[in-house]
Order: sequence, then C-alpha cells, then structure tokens
Amino acid sequence: MSHIEQYDVKPVNKKEERNLYKKRVKIHPKRVNGTFRSLKWGLMIFTLGIYYVTPWLRWDRGPGAPDQAVLIDFPARRFYFFFIEIWPQEIYYLAGLLIIAGIGLFLVTSLVGRAWCGYACPQTVWTDLFLVVERFVEGDRAARIRLDKAPISISKATKKIIKFGLWTVISIGTGGAWVFYYADAPTLAMQLINFDAPTIAYATIGVLSFTTLTLGGLMREQVCTYMCPWPRIQAVMMDEESMTVTYRSTRGEPRSAFRKGDSWDQRGDCVDCKACVVACPMGIDIRDGQQMECITCALCIDACDNIMEKVGRPRGLIAYDSLANADRRAKDQHGSIKFIRGRTLVYAGVLVIVAAGMLAALLLRSDLDINVLHDRNPLFTALSNGDIRNGFTFKILNKSREQRTFSITAEGIDDLSLKLVGSEDLNDFTVPYVTVKPDRLQSFRLLATVPASAITSNAQSLRLILTEINTKKKVTYSTMFRGPEK
Amino acid sequence: MTEQPHVDEFTGVQTTGHEWDGIRELDNPLPRWWQWILWATVVWSVGYWFVYPAWPLISSHTKGFIGYSSRGELRDDVAAAKARQAGHLAKLAKASLEQIRTDPELLEFALAGGRSAYNVNCSQCHGSGAQGFTGFPNLNDDEWLWGGTLDQIQYTITHGARNDVDDDAHYSDMPAFLDDEILDTKEIADVTQYVLKLSGQDHQSDEALSGAATFADECAACHSDDGSGDIDAGAPSLNNAIWLYGGSPESITKTISHSRSGVMPAWGPILDDVTVKQLAVYVHSLGGGQ
Repeated sequence: MSHIEQYDVKPVNKKEERNLYKKRVKIHPKRVNGTFRSLKWGLMIFTLGIYYVTPWLRWDRGPGAPDQAVLIDFPARRFYFFFIEIWPQEIYYLAGLLIIAGIGLFLVTSLVGRAWCGYACPQTVWTDLFLVVERFVEGDRAARIRLDKAPISISKATKKIIKFGLWTVISIGTGGAWVFYYADAPTLAMQLINFDAPTIAYATIGVLSFTTLTLGGLMREQVCTYMCPWPRIQAVMMDEESMTVTYRSTRGEPRSAFRKGDSWDQRGDCVDCKACVVACPMGIDIRDGQQMECITCALCIDACDNIMEKVGRPRGLIAYDSLANADRRAKDQHGSIKFIRGRTLVYAGVLVIVAAGMLAALLLRSDLDINVLHDRNPLFTALSNGDIRNGFTFKILNKSREQRTFSITAEGIDDLSLKLVGSEDLNDFTVPYVTVKPDRLQSFRLLATVPASAITSNAQSLRLILTEINTKKKVTYSTMFRGPEK
Repeated sequence: MTEQPHVDEFTGVQTTGHEWDGIRELDNPLPRWWQWILWATVVWSVGYWFVYPAWPLISSHTKGFIGYSSRGELRDDVAAAKARQAGHLAKLAKASLEQIRTDPELLEFALAGGRSAYNVNCSQCHGSGAQGFTGFPNLNDDEWLWGGTLDQIQYTITHGARNDVDDDAHYSDMPAFLDDEILDTKEIADVTQYVLKLSGQDHQSDEALSGAATFADECAACHSDDGSGDIDAGAPSLNNAIWLYGGSPESITKTISHSRSGVMPAWGPILDDVTVKQLAVYVHSLGGGQ
C-alpha cells in the first residue's frame, strides 16, 4: 500500500446539487466490510427471518381453533398471537401496540438518531437485499457504472434480465409471505400453487410484489427522501446530545490527498479519498454535516475506518457522535455521551406507562364479558295487571374454548322477575339459565318485570348479574329499569 | 398589472403574476411523477368507458363489456342471500310454530327474519318497537284482542281484522250507543263511570252504580259480566290497565257513543307463509306471547 485511491465521485444528492426538476442520478453504492456492515447483515437476516417464518409457526390452541401462531382471521373476526386471542371489541390492544411502537421510535431516535431508518426499516432492509442481488449479477460499483453506460448488448441485456428476474422472485416471495398472515399458511400455500386460492390473495400478492419491486429495486433512496415523512419528523425527536453518524471535522480538516511518507503535520486526518461517498446509498457526503437524506446506515463509518487503518490513523474519523460533542471537541474539550436527558426520560417514562398499562390490561383480560342493551323503543311496557316490564338484549361473550352455562339474576329492585325469551319451556328453573358455545358471542332477549307497587321512579338502578354455574365467576352489569312517571 | 413577466429574485423563477399580500406564486412546472399519474389516470378512464357503463345515450347508456350495473349487483347479492337462507327457509316451512319456538337455531333464524319483515310491513302502524299507538295495539304487552298464542297470532296476521279482502278476517262490531240512539248521554256517562270502576280507576260511585245496570243489559253480552272481555267476540277486556284508545273518561265516553273499529290488512295474500310464520314467532317473542 503506497497510495490511497481517490474515487471520482460526486455526492449526487448534495444540498447544492439538489433540484426538484433534475432527473434522478442513479447511485451505485460500493460494497464495504466492517462492524456496521456485519451488524446490518445480521439484522437483515433477523428481520427478514421474522417476516418470512412467522406465519409458519404453529401453536396448539386445542380443537376447533386455528393452530397458526400468528393469524389475522378476518372472516371469524379473531386475531391470534401465540397465547393471545383478540376479539374485535379489543382492538384497543392494537392501538396500544401502535402507541408503544410510536413512543419506542421517539425514544430510539432521541438516543441514537435514525436507527430505525438505518437498520430496521423494511425499505432499508429490502433495498439492501436488492443491492446484494444487483451486486451479485452486475458486479460492484465500478462494474455497474460501466454496465449502465455501455450500449445495449446481449450480455448487458442478459444481466439486466437476470437481475430483474431475481428481484421479481424476491418481490413475489415478499408479497406472498404477507397473505399467509391472513389464512392458514400451509392450506393457502397449496391453494396458491393449485391456482384455486381466493382472488384477493392473488391480488394482494400482485400489488405487494409490484410495490416491493418498485420501492426496493427502482426507487430506493427516493422513497426515504421524498415519500417518507419520518425524515422530516425526526428533527423534533433529536437534540444536540442525540447520537448520530457524524464526520469529526475538527480531526479531519484540513483535508487533502495523502501519499505514503507524507507528514501528518499541518493537515487533518481526512485523506479526501471519498470512500465514504462511494459507500453511501443515499448519495450524500457525510462530511457536509447533518443532512435530511442521511438514514444513518453507518456504512460510511465502516468505509472510513478501513481507510484509517490503511494509513495508520485511529479509527472513528466518521463515527457515532452527538452534535454537542462536535462543539466540545471544537473547543478542545472531551466528548461525552449523555443518554439520560429530560427528553429521553420523558419518552422512556411514557413508554413504560403505556406498556405497563397494556400489559396489565392483557393480564387482567377476562374470558367472559357481557353487554346489555336496554330496549330503546318502547322503554317499558305496561302489562294488563299494572306491572311494568323492561326488555333487554343480553349479550354474553364467551372467550374461552369451553361451552359454559350461566345463570342470570338481578339485584336492586324488589320483586323483580326475569324471563329469557325462547327458553321458558326448556327448563323449569326459577332463574334463567343459558348455555353459550365455545369462543362465541351469543345474544339473548331478557325480560324483567316489576309489580306496580315496587316502582318508585321512572328510572331505578338495576344490576344484572351473570354467574357461571361451575366456577361461580360473576360479571355484573349496571343498568336502569324504566317505568312511567310517578 | 404590467405586461412584463415578474421574476422572483431569490429563485430566479418566473412568477404567475398573481399576488396575495405580497406573496407571489412561482410558476414552476408540475413535477414529472405528478404528470405521469395524471396521464395514467386519463388512459385508465378510457379503458373504463369500455368496461363499465359510462356514456349517456338518448334513451339509455353504454353498457360496458362486463355488463356491470349496481342494480344487477344488488339483484345478485339478494339472490345469493336467498340461496344461503334456502335450507333454513325449507325447515321453517315444514316446522310447526311450536317446533320453531323450541329449537334455538330455528328460533334465531325466524326472529331475525321476523324482525326484518316486521320493520318493513308492520312498523308503520304498530311502531318500530311494536309499542303501538292510539288505535293500534301495543304488541309487547299481554293484552290480546284476538288472542296471544302462536296460532292465534299467525291467524291474525294472515287474515287481518275488519278488512274487505279476507272473508276469514276477524270481525266485531260494537254499536255506537249514542249515534244509534240506544242510550242517552246520561246513561253513557253512568256506564263510563262503571267502566272506570271496573278498571280500578277513580270514579263517581253513585253514577257507577246506576251504570252497572246498563252495563249488564247492554255490554256484558260481549265484554262479560266482570268486563274481562271475550276474544271470540272480539271484545276487549275492560277491567285491566290497558286501553287501545286511552282509558280517560272522555275517551271511554267517545268509544261508547260512537264505537271504534280498527282495521288490519290480511297479510296472507301479500306475504308468503314462511314470512308470516316468522312474523308470528317474532311478535310472540316480544314479551306478551301466551
């Protein structure tokens, strides 16, 4: 090694170059190796693994229930997640999950900047995957640039066709995996192969394959810069102490080319090789400072560290650092990392509160619930002997996998009698008994009658109590008994 | 406004010449992607003309290749729903009313269909909650003019009351005691007081006493001696808290003087047998069924 190659590259999305009416210049990121690249490979395998494998995990819920670990069952209106089964009435769990995800994103961003964008966002992960394919077929940066510039030829066409073919396979696999979350995966897979799956399954795969190919293969960094709102929002989550990918200009400047044997006096560590620029998938120069385009993928860190090792300077010319530290270093002070700040404490606090609330709601979730609707019209019926009767729609939500039997009783009004419509001949009990099938909501019509003498006002408090016969478990519903004006 | 185009000094872009509070709009070209989408939608719309109904003609409209119409879609949906119900409807047709009432599955289906048929055909007179109005019976309570068993309700729905259509319709005709000059106003006032007494309301005892004799002569034949009525004669019970035309002295006087006779259509010729069955089970389930 005697000479550090200086790449002939322009950061195409540099602020000064930015023009909304300019045609997009394709970016050809060069492959780099290093700590962050390895981390990103790991995360790519992990996140893609979650996405592709999850629908195939099985979970035994007993007879009559689906055995798919994660299943969004729209026709039966159930959401299954391992040991959790959510009914449509409990959609607030989803709202809670989204709030947790949102606050979690705020917290992570205030701590380490756009880590989501750089490592975990599907757009980044799939773009990365598509780049692997592109590199595999067309070669690394220089070869790809040559190929794109070359006139059309059989070999160029072959490479492009192979690349798009592989991309299409990945895209169809991506769209295909999505539908397995909504139906029994093995069954649907066989249906898809035999072309007798529902049209909506093919349509969904088609749309998602198209968007995967377009967003991940063709549009790439434009999605992050122009379509995604997150880059614009992130600025308010971050402050000067947030860690982000930075170029240490105090150490790097003044930059100039370096030849072996050159003195390091009177110059910065930056050898102006532009390895950071060629590695950047977003087409910017990190040395220009913080930019909206930067997704903090940290590949420039790896690129620069490799160069620094070659020239025998310490790593970390480009590194995770805070903007406050940059100022401190400019004043010859030591840098320090402050993760505990008002902002991060607030985000963490809200996160803990919401997560604890949702966890408590989940743990205390009852497998039995009732909804009672008082008849609106008529509010009450006067009977021939002067008694007053109220009608109720009594809904029992049996969220367990067992058939259960309940009795219904009332409290709060003397001499009140209850009757279930349709069941009076089925049993001779003095209190109404009902049987509810497993995993079902069943609706009953309940009539409550009170003698005229017990009517004290036009609205009296009434508690309806559902008691499970076997377990003596009770659920109480407070409602009103309506009567004529007194 | 000058003819000279105005150029924005910061961006160097020509403005549209319009100015609002000192703000001028830059005359930038539309983004390329936006234009592409515009043209794509234009092309799409042309395809739409051929596939779907689109252009109005003098007396009709272009039909489109796939022959779609929202009315046709509704027709298909209704046919599909009917096909899905066919099994249950066949069972309902065979089952007796009592069998329907004691089979939870049939009952659920019959109640759903009955509720729907009730809302369409019956709610106009009897109210959306079957609560009734003056002159139109409340179907929730336990007083029945023509009987409250399943079979009686089915008969009433099928044949109706006092209509010209069905010879088997329920029929009763109370005399208009004043109009027909059977009783004078004093006698009617006395009978009114007696009827108030029968139903346990405030009344004048002396007048009720003389009204009792008139009641026995003129009314008891249909309404029974104790005023409990007679379903076979179509005479409502007078000794309870339920009044079809109101239980006030004025209303009772009016009823005795001029008579009342509500009419109910015969639904047998209008609705099919299964629907009538569903209606009977539904009305019975409202709470007053016997």
